[in-house]
Amino acid sequence: MTVEPRRSPLDGLDVHREGVRLRELPFPSQVDLRLDPVGTAANRVAQSLGTPLPVVPNTVVVSGDRHTLWLGPDEWLVVGPDGDAPVVVRALREALGTEPGSVVDVSANRVVLELSGARARDVLEQGCSIDLHPRAFGPERCAQTLLARANVLLYQVNEMPTYWVMVRPSFAEYLVSWLLDAARCPRVGADRSGRGTDPSS
Amino acid sequence: MTAHRLPNGGRVDRAAPVRFTYDGKRYTGLRGDTLASALIANGVLEVAPSSYRGRPRGIVTAGVDEPNALVLVDGSLLPATTLELHDGLSATGRSGVGRLTDSTDSVRHDKRYVHCDVLVVGGGPAGLAAAQAAGRTGARTILADERTELGGTLLATKGFDLSWPGLAEFPETRVLSRTTAVGYYDQNYVVLAQRNTLWHVRAKRVVLATGAHERPLVFADNDRPGVMLASAVREYVNRYAVAPGQNVVLATTNDSAYQVALDLIAAGITVSAIVDSRPEPPAALVNQVGVEVITGSAVTGTEGRHRVSAVHIGPDRSIPCDLLAVSGGWNPAVHMFSQAQGRVRYEERIAAFVPDTCPQDLEVVGAANATYELAACLAEGAAAGARAAHLAGFGGGTAPELPPVPAESDSAHRPVWMVEGDETLQFIDLQRDSTVADIRRATGAGLRSVEHVKRYTTVGTGLDQGRTGGVPAIGVIAELLGASSPGEVGTTTYRPPYTPVSFALLAGRDRGELHDPIRRTAMHSWHVAHGAVFEDVGQWKRPHHYPRAGEDAQAAVLRECTAARTGLAMMDASTLGKIEVQGPDAGEFLNRMYTNAFAKLAIGSCRYGMLCRADGMVFDDGVVLRLAEDRYLTTTTTGNAAAVLDWFEEWQQTEWPELRVRFTSVTEQWATIAVVGPGSRAALTPLLPDLDLSAAAFGFMTFRDTVLCNGVPARVARVSFSGELAFEINVATWHGLSTWELVANTGATPYGTETMHVLRAEKGFVIVGQDTDGTVTPQDLGMDWIVSKRKDFVGRRSFSRPDTARPDRRQLVGLLPVDPDDLLPEGAQLVAGGVPLTPPVPMLGHVTSSYRSAALGRTFALALVAGGRDLIGRELLAPLGNRVITATVTEPIFYDPEGTRRDG
Repeated sequence: MTVEPRRSPLDGLDVHREGVRLRELPFPSQVDLRLDPVGTAANRVAQSLGTPLPVVPNTVVVSGDRHTLWLGPDEWLVVGPDGDAPVVVRALREALGTEPGSVVDVSANRVVLELSGARARDVLEQGCSIDLHPRAFGPERCAQTLLARANVLLYQVNEMPTYWVMVRPSFAEYLVSWLLDAARCPRVGADRSGRGTDPSS
Repeated sequence: MTAHRLPNGGRVDRAAPVRFTYDGKRYTGLRGDTLASALIANGVLEVAPSSYRGRPRGIVTAGVDEPNALVLVDGSLLPATTLELHDGLSATGRSGVGRLTDSTDSVRHDKRYVHCDVLVVGGGPAGLAAAQAAGRTGARTILADERTELGGTLLATKGFDLSWPGLAEFPETRVLSRTTAVGYYDQNYVVLAQRNTLWHVRAKRVVLATGAHERPLVFADNDRPGVMLASAVREYVNRYAVAPGQNVVLATTNDSAYQVALDLIAAGITVSAIVDSRPEPPAALVNQVGVEVITGSAVTGTEGRHRVSAVHIGPDRSIPCDLLAVSGGWNPAVHMFSQAQGRVRYEERIAAFVPDTCPQDLEVVGAANATYELAACLAEGAAAGARAAHLAGFGGGTAPELPPVPAESDSAHRPVWMVEGDETLQFIDLQRDSTVADIRRATGAGLRSVEHVKRYTTVGTGLDQGRTGGVPAIGVIAELLGASSPGEVGTTTYRPPYTPVSFALLAGRDRGELHDPIRRTAMHSWHVAHGAVFEDVGQWKRPHHYPRAGEDAQAAVLRECTAARTGLAMMDASTLGKIEVQGPDAGEFLNRMYTNAFAKLAIGSCRYGMLCRADGMVFDDGVVLRLAEDRYLTTTTTGNAAAVLDWFEEWQQTEWPELRVRFTSVTEQWATIAVVGPGSRAALTPLLPDLDLSAAAFGFMTFRDTVLCNGVPARVARVSFSGELAFEINVATWHGLSTWELVANTGATPYGTETMHVLRAEKGFVIVGQDTDGTVTPQDLGMDWIVSKRKDFVGRRSFSRPDTARPDRRQLVGLLPVDPDDLLPEGAQLVAGGVPLTPPVPMLGHVTSSYRSAALGRTFALALVAGGRDLIGRELLAPLGNRVITATVTEPIFYDPEGTRRDG
């Protein structure tokens, strides 16, 4: 068969709205890693990834095109380019050795949505209760949280801001509908004049 | 200009007329008016009559505390006193009772989640000073104010320059006008309602500058149109430049009414007298107003038809007037403070409940803190704002310089809770038409608690939630009970929302399609294109059946069942939960969790397993695959995927941290296709070129990792939930659709969840959550074989309890209706044959699953029946109201009991 039989859950969605762009990053490699952060395997893993695992909660370490996201005290997600997963799985399993832990290819387990642009934070603020202000959440920060009614892994990639919103594929269509609806809404209520603005007008 | 619009002043735009309709009549107001001020400008003071007694009523206030002037606009009941006038506004007066509209609210509603260092609630002088002091430090500051314009009471103050430089320049300061704080929850979580946006704010520090509400006075006929709060009269005159009356009498218990008198006189309005309850009001004030002050006195009644024409001061004195402005004192608006779990105390000097202590990180300033002089309000606000910012990590905590303001006086108040007169005409709560007589009846009936009196009399239960009538009611209760002060009676509980909030605003965009997530599998589009009828399984949309043209559901399911039993069929099983269990102790861990053993399961094999809760009741089931020495893949039911993962984590983390095992959810990594039927082997042979699919080479309950003919990696397992020869193909989610199409092209009949249910029930396979309900043990299901006698596991100890060994426990049995065409409804109760069907009839159990079977050519069912296994062969009755179905109890297996079909 010559046809590419892979189909990304959102078919390569790429939508521009005023001040915001939403697109799917198709077929990222994603490997879930669990291990004891103070064991010797952690050092071997760091060597094999070329960078230490982030130990500060909700932070990300970027090395080349691999992003290692802190998910918990003993859990990380290594995100890389399409096709990277088998390489990462092999390297991590080898580094883990016989120490307790796990390495699982979860590349298809989450869709990666990229939300970027001047209004990106504004869009997220309509459905995400964590503090996304630059003083509290910035580049190389991540969080597992709720966006609207879907569990997401949220990662701010750069200052633009660009966010990765990582969500289970079954929720992707719902979440995209929600994000596009939220992106439609003009910024409201931020007037500084003391005379109100009317969001309905 | 109308006669009621004053020639000068006000914050209205005289060049911008606004046309509106009230009760079907057309009027013109000005930009900057509220509906209430525009009505007054047109000489309209009387509004809809009272709800219960039909008495004429008028505009009483100029804010959210309005009890009378309620109007219906686009299906919402709103106070005319806060409703901004706009062109084309059409309002209908309503007497405190709204009406639900049956049209859909098409306005877009929105939510915001924001965090800040300092939230200031209230944009009056104290709030403005606080926001400015906090904002200038660079702290993230939010100022929320319910009005269209900042300023609070300053808007109604003459001769004060209202300019607040700074707020606009602070980049991290956000001013939200037309925004009401409606709820205050733990950890400074405050919900703000701004027109169509609901703000969820989490603040490090909160400054409450919510102001105070003026209280009315209670006397006979105090509800007559033309009786208005003194502060409202002042606001109408100064802010809106309208005159609610031309000849005014003021009745007061405190100093604030004197400034009102001065402002009215300055506007050219006659003030005939001030009736002051205090025997010796401050002489400076009395001299300054220059009108008659009747001291030590109170208004006892009014005259007039639809409008006040005179007021009575005792039996002997009557003064003609067309407006009575009353000030019964001021209630600090402690609603937000109390919602924040703050405690209030009664302050005798001003006869009001004032903030005391609060466990949350907040401060109360200004009139909300019973500080009424302007200079003190500003100083208190500025200090609190600077302090809040400092405590949040910004600035040194020093308050900024303040503008000089004129001095004001606030000498002691003398409250008047009760006066002589007909108590049935002395209104406390205008919206509920409740009077002093009602309260007397309540206390006379023995009620002592203010909460009980509130519920008995309905005082304070209206749209305005007792903002005007609440404290006067407490004062009356105190007097009737002989309490030392209203403080001894206490207040009722303040609950959110502070002002009414529409359901549409609370819902935000969680409505219609976005009301709840719809979860779809990778093959969803194919199911839609092929006419699937879906059912909701949790948030998942799963195909229930795939009707062909002209087919009803029953026919479609029978056809799908026949295809699976006699030919080739396929189902989307992607929604099953999947968890990878890894680590050297993975086998031991699973041994401890499942009722049966997994440590010795061969690599490459699968085994069905059952999970119980600690009470021994069935929790979940599924097939477990052993991928490697230290790796297993467990599957769960669709609904329990997250619960089982949590269950594993809980036991590993809290009970057995020494076990070297970790879990990773892979539910959505895999798309799963069940290919079922005697034709499945032949159909799949060309698709799986690397596999020998023969029963000898690829045994039942084993799996293979392989590659499909198109190069897609796949894991194929020989598991069967139908008893037929079956292969389950797992591929990465993004290969799900193409693989599904590949299988569909072999001619397989797609089937849905209903066919799956029929096929498994024919084999007696249970569905956790349908044939079990949290009270059923594996033994009750006749599955003793899956409960290990040799190892310990979660739930095992419960099986030695006498209760789990009772012979009359409900046990799973089969049922065959005597009439093979009778379909028992699921949930039908079962009773013994031969008992009279007149209640009470002992219930023996209920039907858990019931279907028509193509293979059996009849209906059949599964049921949980008390001591059911001993009833096999007997008849039970299912009384269904108008008829009774008789069914024979059988073994819970109806098809191929020998299991000859699973190898094809």
